[in-house]
Amino acid sequence: MNALHWATISPLLLAIIIPFIYKYARSIHTGWFVLALPTVLFVYFLSFIPTTSSGEVIEHSIPWIPSLGIHFNVYLDGLGLLFALLISGIGALVVLYSIFYLSKTKEQLNNFYVYLLMFMGAMLGVVLSDNLIVLYAFWELTSLASALLISYWSTREKSRYGAQKSMLITVFGGFMMLAGIILLYIMTNTFSIREIISQADIISSHELFIPAMLFIIIGAFTKSAQFPFHIWLPDAMEAPTPISAYLHSATMVKAGIYLVARFTPVFGGSETWFWILSLFGMATLLWGSLSAVRQKDLKGILAFSTISQLGLIMSLLGLGSAALYFNDGQANSLYYTAIVAAIFHLINHATFKGSLFMAAGIVDHETGTRDIRQLGGLMTIMPVTFTITLIGTAAMAGLPPFNGFLSKEMFFTAVVNATEFGIFNMETFGLAFPVIAWVASVFTFLYCCILFFQTFSGKFEPTNFKKVVHEAPIGMLISPVVLVSLVVIFGLFPNILSKSLIEPAVASVLPYLTAGEIGVDIYMWHGFNTELFMTFGVVILGVILYALMKKWIQLSIYKRERDPFNRFYDGALFTLSSGGKKFTDAYMTESFRRYLIYIFSFMVLFLGFMMVRLNVIDLVPERTAEISIHEITLVVVMIAGAITVALARTRLTALAGLGSLGFGMAIFFVLFRAPDLALTQLVIETVSTVLFLLCFYHLPLYKETKDSKPSKIVNAIVASGVGLVVTLLAISSHNNKLFEPLTEFFVNASYDEAGGKNMVNVILVDFRGFDTFFEIVVLVIAAIGIYAMIKGKVEEKEGL
Amino acid sequence: MEIIISILSGILFTIGTYLILSKNMTKIIIGTAVLSHGVHMLLLTMGGLKLGAAPLLGYEEAAYTDPLPQALILTAIVISFGVTSFLLVLAYRTYKVHGTDDMEKLRGMIDDD
Repeated sequence: MNALHWATISPLLLAIIIPFIYKYARSIHTGWFVLALPTVLFVYFLSFIPTTSSGEVIEHSIPWIPSLGIHFNVYLDGLGLLFALLISGIGALVVLYSIFYLSKTKEQLNNFYVYLLMFMGAMLGVVLSDNLIVLYAFWELTSLASALLISYWSTREKSRYGAQKSMLITVFGGFMMLAGIILLYIMTNTFSIREIISQADIISSHELFIPAMLFIIIGAFTKSAQFPFHIWLPDAMEAPTPISAYLHSATMVKAGIYLVARFTPVFGGSETWFWILSLFGMATLLWGSLSAVRQKDLKGILAFSTISQLGLIMSLLGLGSAALYFNDGQANSLYYTAIVAAIFHLINHATFKGSLFMAAGIVDHETGTRDIRQLGGLMTIMPVTFTITLIGTAAMAGLPPFNGFLSKEMFFTAVVNATEFGIFNMETFGLAFPVIAWVASVFTFLYCCILFFQTFSGKFEPTNFKKVVHEAPIGMLISPVVLVSLVVIFGLFPNILSKSLIEPAVASVLPYLTAGEIGVDIYMWHGFNTELFMTFGVVILGVILYALMKKWIQLSIYKRERDPFNRFYDGALFTLSSGGKKFTDAYMTESFRRYLIYIFSFMVLFLGFMMVRLNVIDLVPERTAEISIHEITLVVVMIAGAITVALARTRLTALAGLGSLGFGMAIFFVLFRAPDLALTQLVIETVSTVLFLLCFYHLPLYKETKDSKPSKIVNAIVASGVGLVVTLLAISSHNNKLFEPLTEFFVNASYDEAGGKNMVNVILVDFRGFDTFFEIVVLVIAAIGIYAMIKGKVEEKEGL
Repeated sequence: MEIIISILSGILFTIGTYLILSKNMTKIIIGTAVLSHGVHMLLLTMGGLKLGAAPLLGYEEAAYTDPLPQALILTAIVISFGVTSFLLVLAYRTYKVHGTDDMEKLRGMIDDD
């Protein structure tokens, strides 16, 4: 195992030790023991920057299940490194923040950090694995860890609801992704992403291309909360705030983005990929920003804002995939700007959204509420949090001089460029992209205003809060301050990222480009161009809308906080469980007769169908024994006996009929040369009749329970069907003797080998002695059972 | 002859099934007994009827009936006897404990009522 392997699984290993640390070192907050690991990992991953920025990749492989082509491959390129840095860096900050956020005495810290480390390890596994099955395993582990963290306060109903919902939706997507992985394996015969990418030509002409693509996209969309799978993310806000900051804004929700970026070299360049990603991304962007405006809860606003920003990144990845369509080996910035913008915004979003969540957590922690209708006037009371939020929201709204401004400008550039592609009908529909992007940006600006001003401006009302409001402790402020510092630094000096992280990542998404060719160069000021005027428009309209808020706050649509798409989810879940129960109740009636009717009907219909279908009914046997008069007499007697049993009104009559049947059987055995059978049958029939008589003495009268007429008719129909099928089967099988019977063997061997002349007895005790042995066991068990049933005392229970 | 016996065992199957579908427990047990007669009859018929002498070597006949189905039926008779007697005692016990032999009334869990 390579150091990179150990780095990937180190969080999982630490997670094993955490409960012991928690138990034996109660005086120190467990988080301190966790903090070192992501910090070390972050520094370790930083050391790879020179390698990846020179275009090299690192890969190491250890076999896991080699016979199935599953190897634990670590593969580190620009894209993987970018994500690994986000995961470990923000992970370290979140752990630090959580040390001050979660109480040492009141919370189950061992659970929290075990889940968190589980998630961190799984996430590193997702972004560093080259083998798709390994990636899938880590992928599901992130879903599991996420559900565990959402339901961290599992005594709350809402937490459990949110965890269940996120689990159902993301695991559904995970299964879809697995299907896509298997289809890819069918096409390329490998699970390795690099080898799949090298066979992209074969895949794009394969008939499974589209299904595989759709399955992979569904996997990515559910994880990244894309429309219409976004509904789980707002409910995931029941998680502790450090978790929301880490999983539900910076890392896990970007796993889908990672997957899409990773598969762009395989699927990119096709029209379907382009349109699905860009359209759903745009829809998510617009819907998320519109819904965020309606939220009253700080974390609710941030959740929908995350959805919206993820949609932005997804649509950029879609638009940028057009670069692969041209794939001319030329670095034409018209096409790949979108990818650069996506990667840049990915980094920016992680920084400002992480800090905003932490700020929201501080507000919640220090005031006891997250409701914007109660908050207000915190500016002077919490100056540091105020500054953090100011920078965070400004970056999110896309204002200079922060990094959000740059990535928003690049986003506008990308959508404006997209109108000039001239492919995939973009000349017709292309104009929709800048329009949607612009409208969504207006609403983004609006909810940023709401988030910021409703919390910090206005008058402070101490009576609104249960606690004495004051600034957060310094420890809690470190992490968001680090993140907003990054927001500012990336805003002022964006080019420190371009060579080290953005270019290598873009080169992984668009492998036909080499990192040197791309030449990402981000300026704060790039003249008066379309994008800048679009930003002016956004600010102006946003300010107007916010100023007029008193007007539209009355609209009923604004009051509805819950996403209307939840109706479909809740409805589907309800229908599934109640429908399932109804369906089961409909046929599981606990009626013995009903179940037997199912069984017999199935037997009759299945056998009948197969006999007709295979055309095996043959009613003229070739060789039959001749019929003699005493045999016919016997048959008539037996039929009479059987009918007597069926129609008997008293149980004695029925018993008489049954007896005549039994003794008829004995005579039947005599006539057809089976003396041993005749003897046994006679004895057993006598004993059974005695048994029946004995039991009848204790049982109620026969006619006390009578079948109703309709049920008798159904019974008769089913029973006739059974009889008919059996008869047809018996007659038809006469001509189908596939081999000679073993009679010759028994005739020859009975005396010579076993020393007996009675062939039946020799078979029973010698040739097939095991049958007899177990038949004896059956009798013994029956006898013991009968004894226990008669002698055994049933405990008196209620209801018996 | 085989056709007639096949029809006869078909009739036994019909009546056995009809009784098993009834709600009276005694009828169900009688039904299983009838059904097992039908099965034994079918087993013997399938081996071929009257092909020769009884399977006892002392007869020095040219041909014997197939002894294997007979051995199988012998095993089956004993087992179905065991099962039938067990069922009878089970019915007796059920009636003693629950006070009914109506299958429709013996539904659900003990806790249900």
